[in-house]
Amino acid sequence: MMEMDPVLMSRLLTALTLGFHIIFATLGVGVPLMISIAEFIGIKKKDPHYLMLARRWARGFVITVAIGVVTGTAIGLQLSLLWPNFMQIAGNVISLPLFMEVFAFFFEAIFLGIYLYTWDRFKKPYTHWFLSLPVIIGGGLSAVFITTVNAFMNTPEGFTTGANGFATINPIDAMLNPATPTKVFHVLSSAYVTVAAILATIAAFSLLKKKTSEYHKKALKLTVTLTFIFALLTALAGDFSAKFLAEHQPEKLAAAEWHFETEEGADLILFGWLNDDNVPAGVIRLPGLLSFLAHGDFTSEVTGLEEFPEEERPPLWIHYMFDLMVAIGMFLAAVSLLYIIISKVKKWNEHNKWLLRLLVLMGPLAMLAIEFGWIFAEEGRQPWILRGYMTVEEAATSSPHVGLMFILFLGLYTVLGVLCVVILRRMFRNSPVEEELEKKYPAIEKGDNK
Amino acid sequence: MSYEIIGITVLWIFLYGYLIVASVDFGAGFFAYYAKVTKKDHIINQLISRYLSPVWEVTNVFFVFFFVGIVGFFPDSAYYYGTALLVPGSIAIILLAIRGSFYAFENYGSKQSNVYMFLYGATGLLIPASLSTALTLSEGGFIMEKDGVVSLKYLELFTSPYSWSVVFLAIVSVLFISATFLTFYAARANDTEALKLVRKYALFWATPTIIASLTTFIALGEHNRRHYSNMMDLWWVFGLSVGFFMIALALIYIGRYYGLAFISVMLQFFFAFFGYGASHLPYILDPYITIYEGATHESTGIALIVVFIAGLFLLIPSLIFLMKLFLFDADYVKGKK
Repeated sequence: MMEMDPVLMSRLLTALTLGFHIIFATLGVGVPLMISIAEFIGIKKKDPHYLMLARRWARGFVITVAIGVVTGTAIGLQLSLLWPNFMQIAGNVISLPLFMEVFAFFFEAIFLGIYLYTWDRFKKPYTHWFLSLPVIIGGGLSAVFITTVNAFMNTPEGFTTGANGFATINPIDAMLNPATPTKVFHVLSSAYVTVAAILATIAAFSLLKKKTSEYHKKALKLTVTLTFIFALLTALAGDFSAKFLAEHQPEKLAAAEWHFETEEGADLILFGWLNDDNVPAGVIRLPGLLSFLAHGDFTSEVTGLEEFPEEERPPLWIHYMFDLMVAIGMFLAAVSLLYIIISKVKKWNEHNKWLLRLLVLMGPLAMLAIEFGWIFAEEGRQPWILRGYMTVEEAATSSPHVGLMFILFLGLYTVLGVLCVVILRRMFRNSPVEEELEKKYPAIEKGDNK
Repeated sequence: MSYEIIGITVLWIFLYGYLIVASVDFGAGFFAYYAKVTKKDHIINQLISRYLSPVWEVTNVFFVFFFVGIVGFFPDSAYYYGTALLVPGSIAIILLAIRGSFYAFENYGSKQSNVYMFLYGATGLLIPASLSTALTLSEGGFIMEKDGVVSLKYLELFTSPYSWSVVFLAIVSVLFISATFLTFYAARANDTEALKLVRKYALFWATPTIIASLTTFIALGEHNRRHYSNMMDLWWVFGLSVGFFMIALALIYIGRYYGLAFISVMLQFFFAFFGYGASHLPYILDPYITIYEGATHESTGIALIVVFIAGLFLLIPSLIFLMKLFLFDADYVKGKK
């Protein structure tokens, strides 16, 4: 058998690690915000249900954050281990945001430890709540900084090149490259919507299993409302991203939309497949909408894929990733809106089975959308690792052992993933919320379980 | 002072920070497992987990900080170490991942499990051993570059007396540092039973630590003459290190001032570590990377230093707050909160 290609294996291993890490990274960014909101409402309304919600979310969060930390460490090291040539060059520029990301993470780690271990240590309940703010800020900032690195790889700026590599470098300009604002907005809003949706899934699932307590109803109302708000923000961020792509990375947008020829009034293509002559078939065409998405004008000109040399085009299958991501985003907004409308009308029951089933779907789908979105974003800049400067082939390690490492890491992530699910289930099953509420707040529990 | 020197000094301080906090963590894992095997776990495990639970994540960041910093200040190190260390580096990541996540699983999520405890104890010794490989490689002679391909000479590495003495030194220092810290912590908690046990550990591991330091010193002399003679010029730094070791040992032996004893151990390693680092310069990887030729552009280097100072203003108060709540709060240490 021929030797496994280190470039291909490096790509696969990076995809594996990142694909696994972003699940926990997304939770790490979003969950602290949700915990903080719940604790705040709980303190303000003096409602033990919300306080218990915050506590239980925090307890589960510890497990996911641990996996987030260790997989984050893994990808941090793998950048140098798998892409040494890339880091030797780009390290000069991206080390600043990487460094800042570590600081933000440090800040978050310190206060997360404090927050988790001081629930009943302060006289005023707001003191403990305040400790959640640095956790949210640290988590959010580390997402911001690491996203600027990814943005830089898409639109490298802030340097001039000379005979041997970089001649001058302005690391601040590199961080504030054209891709940064839209990417940061989209990453943060989509993390928040995904986590809200996942917590809504848990609440809806509990209600479906006939646990009709006030606790779960309040959890559902809070999380679905947040899902709706963040879904709208994410849609806005997505629109900004499309306009950014049209201007700065037209080949990515063109490949996503199978838009081959440059034309005015370009159609948006939904779903479908490519036949043998690379012609889209079985598609839904929305006339002029791609032009609108790209430039906010139904008749504007959109650059087609044919403008780019063949070896610089991204793969055409990213269209499916793009469609799936957008479709799920729409689904989240629609279902959460439906719940809100039904709950406003007195005669209707927002806890009916069919609606709950739809709500249960939101969390897993949202996480899938995160994966699809990142695959789209990353595959969409192929063949470049630094768009316009360095290809993926030039960046990879020359070590022949990457294949073996891939197998080792696959094993590691499988074990971590399985254990995470097993332990979270055991954790919450062994201590049902009713029991815990009764133990902690004996006064309010009477008559809560209707 | 040039920005290269500031850069490497900052990184060295962080690596030293990691050396101390990680040693406490790694050693504690081993002692926790050892106590379980010898049926003494009820004595010290409560103590260990009260300290470790709020801080294990912070420990991890020290390490991330160092390796992000080194490729930031000296991007060439990513090229040489990155290519050569793919296999040992990946193994270290996997060990760290098992350790970190299993710690959380064990402490927050499940009932006591022997498998977890074993893995936790074993990784506590294997991780220092695998990480110390990077220091061994930095002395040169184990990495070669041929036709633009960098590779690691495994045979040389595994047959070198120097590399084995470094591994041995790493393991015994971890156990010594950890035992002295736990002695201090147990004394603070007024936990006489635990104190008796961990004090015994501390006294026991002192001897191999000082022996391993000597053998490593001699083996380095065989391996890298240049570095060895630089170290000889800094003899007084290593003398200070030995002096603080004696103070620490005396304090633990007479059974008083454990806080001071732990500070002496920190100083012992501080002088040894900085003496080692200073005499290693200007090379980061002998002979391929020096701090001057391998450094990043000045603009990036200065930006990194600015961010570093700003970051410290944020971190130091936070760290003090953390220590106040979990290390110096007598009620918490005693288990009342």
